[in-house]
Amino acid sequence: MSRRSIFLISCLAFGYAFLYIPILSMVVFSFNASRLVTVWDAAHSPTMKWFYALFHDDEILGAAWISLKVALTNACGSVILGTLAGYALARFPKFKGRFTLSAMTTAPLVMPEVITGLSLLLLFVALEQTIGWPARRGVGTMIISHMTFSMAYVTVVVRSRLATFDMSIEEAAMDLGARPFKVFFLITLPIILPAILAGWLLAFTLSWDDLVTSSFTSGPGSSTLPMVVFSKVRLGVSPEINVLATLTIAAVTLLVVGVSLWVARAERLAKTAA
Amino acid sequence: MTTSAGQAAKSTPWNDPNAQAYLQIERVSKSFGDFKAVDDVSLKIYKGEIFCLLGASGCGKTTLLRMLGGFERPSSGRILIDGEDMTEVPPYDRPVNMMFQSYALFPHMNVEQNVAFGLKQDRVPKAEVRERVRAMLELVKLGDFAKRKPSQLSGGQRQRVALARSLVKRPKVLLLDEPLAALDKKLREHTQFELIGLQEQLGVTFLVVTHDQEEAMTLASRIGVMDHGEIVQAGTPSEIYEFPNSKFVADFIGSVNIFEGTLIEDEPEHVRIRSAELGGTIYVSHGISAAPEAVVWAALRPEKILMSIQPPPGADNVARGAVQDIAYLGDLSIYLVKLPTGKVVRVTQPNTSRHGEAIGWDREVYLSWDHSSPVIVTR
Amino acid sequence: MKRSRLQRRIGISGRGLVVALPYLWLLLFFAVPFAIVLKMSFSAVAMAIPPYRPLIVWYAKHALEIKLNLNNYAFLFTDKLYGDAFLNSIKVAFVSTVFCLLIGYPMAYGIARAKAKTRNILLVLVVLPFWTSQLLRVYAWIGLFKANGVINNVLIRLGVIHNPLTMLFTPFAMYVGIVYSYLPYVILPLYANLEKMDWQLIEAAEDLGCRPWAAFCKVTLPLSRNGILAGSMLVFIPAVGEFVIPTLLGGPNSLMIGRILWDEFFANRAWPVASAVAILMLLLLVPLMMWYQSIQARETAGAS
Repeated sequence: MSRRSIFLISCLAFGYAFLYIPILSMVVFSFNASRLVTVWDAAHSPTMKWFYALFHDDEILGAAWISLKVALTNACGSVILGTLAGYALARFPKFKGRFTLSAMTTAPLVMPEVITGLSLLLLFVALEQTIGWPARRGVGTMIISHMTFSMAYVTVVVRSRLATFDMSIEEAAMDLGARPFKVFFLITLPIILPAILAGWLLAFTLSWDDLVTSSFTSGPGSSTLPMVVFSKVRLGVSPEINVLATLTIAAVTLLVVGVSLWVARAERLAKTAA
Repeated sequence: MTTSAGQAAKSTPWNDPNAQAYLQIERVSKSFGDFKAVDDVSLKIYKGEIFCLLGASGCGKTTLLRMLGGFERPSSGRILIDGEDMTEVPPYDRPVNMMFQSYALFPHMNVEQNVAFGLKQDRVPKAEVRERVRAMLELVKLGDFAKRKPSQLSGGQRQRVALARSLVKRPKVLLLDEPLAALDKKLREHTQFELIGLQEQLGVTFLVVTHDQEEAMTLASRIGVMDHGEIVQAGTPSEIYEFPNSKFVADFIGSVNIFEGTLIEDEPEHVRIRSAELGGTIYVSHGISAAPEAVVWAALRPEKILMSIQPPPGADNVARGAVQDIAYLGDLSIYLVKLPTGKVVRVTQPNTSRHGEAIGWDREVYLSWDHSSPVIVTR
Repeated sequence: MKRSRLQRRIGISGRGLVVALPYLWLLLFFAVPFAIVLKMSFSAVAMAIPPYRPLIVWYAKHALEIKLNLNNYAFLFTDKLYGDAFLNSIKVAFVSTVFCLLIGYPMAYGIARAKAKTRNILLVLVVLPFWTSQLLRVYAWIGLFKANGVINNVLIRLGVIHNPLTMLFTPFAMYVGIVYSYLPYVILPLYANLEKMDWQLIEAAEDLGCRPWAAFCKVTLPLSRNGILAGSMLVFIPAVGEFVIPTLLGGPNSLMIGRILWDEFFANRAWPVASAVAILMLLLLVPLMMWYQSIQARETAGAS
């Protein structure tokens, strides 16, 4: 067993190093004074000057604001649609269009974004020509596009949570006099709430980070943060982008670690006093 | 504390042709595709009974229970509760409550909220809810646990919450799905008697589904034995045990020795059977209805067989064999006696004396029984 | 079936509404657009806004002529660029998938075998990059691969090389970028599959005299088949249409079909051609997606 353990541990070490060295290098060089980013200016580093620059960069701040609006709206909308779809697929054994719904909520997970982006843009153009809406592409069309693929992710999360859900709890609630509608809101929803929150976070993150679909479906003046980052990055490295990366990683780390600790604490509480 | 036998002695509505059935199952069947889970079942269950549906897994008892609860719709037949046709009524509108095998407690609510849930759905005023919940929790001895969450309770405590939750609504019938299956042996015995006591106190009609015959025998005022979707026999525990109507029922409840034989004498007040398995004749002092020369089976309970060293008098109801195996269980011993025909007979004897002549392995013994002990079954 | 009419109405419309809302949304915003893409792929390119000729033209008020223009497809099949890009994309996606599995499988295995406490930390460490923007993570490799990037600086400083290696804008950089981005997508389904494994099977096999590597090949590997397939599809299908990584890390020699589609659309304004590219991509990918769905269905059926 020991030889296998050594092999596994070295694979894990290599794997995690591979995953994290690029991230750490980005973070480290965000404190580098040199504009060249990767050439360490020992005389003037570490410094916070690029952090300062980022928070005064109107283009980036404006794009971040748009990204935030889109991501928040998308997350809320996707959660509603995704929970409905996930519930239907998990609880209703057969209904007309079940196969289609299942396919339509699985395909976006793997479909290359260039295809979905292109198809949505063509739809908006066609709609604009026939019924006059949407008059212009922008935040609205981006939200619609993001919701379309985000809800697939929420559906997967909710559906798999409901699969492990003891159905006799819902039956017991019905047996005690609650109609299906009430059973969902009083019993099912509170119990699957963690999964729904996970879905919300997932939808938010997908939207916040989205580049390709946004590029296709946005309009003039509605550039999202990833779009601005992409246009900057095509020209080469930029210290402000490193700072952005550091902030993002810090936020994600806080979030993931925080949630993990919260979940572990909840599990511990549930186990004690038994 | 009265036992189910005591309760049966008080009233036997099933023997009264004028008694109104409280829960009536009329020719109910349920098929899943080609598979017939419940096959043309009819039952009359009376108010205040504890009725047990007993059977192995897959016999259809849980499906039948679920149809009574409203969770499955019968493919054919009717279900009447207190005279009203409830066949199509959904579970939330039925005056019936179910206690689930997994207890199905709401994990995000505490004990009090769990028990109060059903009352809140009926829009019972808050003060009344509080009072009824408190009284019910006292009854199941969980008064101090009102604010605990299900994850903080033991298995037995959770079971009592589930019971309280379904009883607090004062249903006309309480359906229990394997209520004691998840409990360990000692707790199970204790809970069995608690359940009976509770039922007598509240007067609720119980319908219990179980695969454990000991449980059925203890709890039930009547038992319905199910096999492959049908009710094979329904009756009081003693009826089922002492007068099984088939080999299946005889074998299902307790242990039994079955001897195959042919009728050689068939009179109204006695029959005589020749059994090759036994290597002799069996004389039974009651009549049966069967064709002459028919193949029948004699079911003989192990505790009804006498084992002796000296040969007993008489030519019928006697056999000779050698003790093949002994299992000492403390209060009684089980002997497996091999007859010259090859058949192994199971005999149980209480260990009435602490010393005395114990019968050991390979000892030649005589087996005999009273002429009223065997039961003849024709299928 | 005689339910009360009110009950029936609420019951049916309740369920119907639950299904209808997401169904109609997806129908309109996911399914219909593909029909439009198909239609567009048969249109002719035009210098107009929007840049295509309408497909259906009304002639003399009555007759309907559908100008099915197969030029776009012919163009794609004749010009060698597109065929090469297609094949290259498939090759790149396939090789990346293999590398993802080679790195990801041992990692997933190691995590699944770890003790509970360590396992949670290890999982969090895999999930963290997953939640970080893919764009930023790819950007990190630009900083590493550049001529005066981190790797070159370190190697020169250590004296291993004297002139900087050309790593950026090469197929190598693109492969690294794709494997890097999609690694978590392989580890997570593999881990989910391996976690459910009954390790006693391995112990039983070894107890019967099977050597560890053979036990792995004969027991673990076949049982984790679904996880391997699911993870592979999660990498291969999107990788075929990757755009960001080839643009930022790959060079002019790494022509990927996703990039082609983007350039046709944004640079050349040739919407019909881009649509034809999309349709051809779908012809390849949809069967794979259906296979992926059937794997998932088998996995959930097996678990229940």
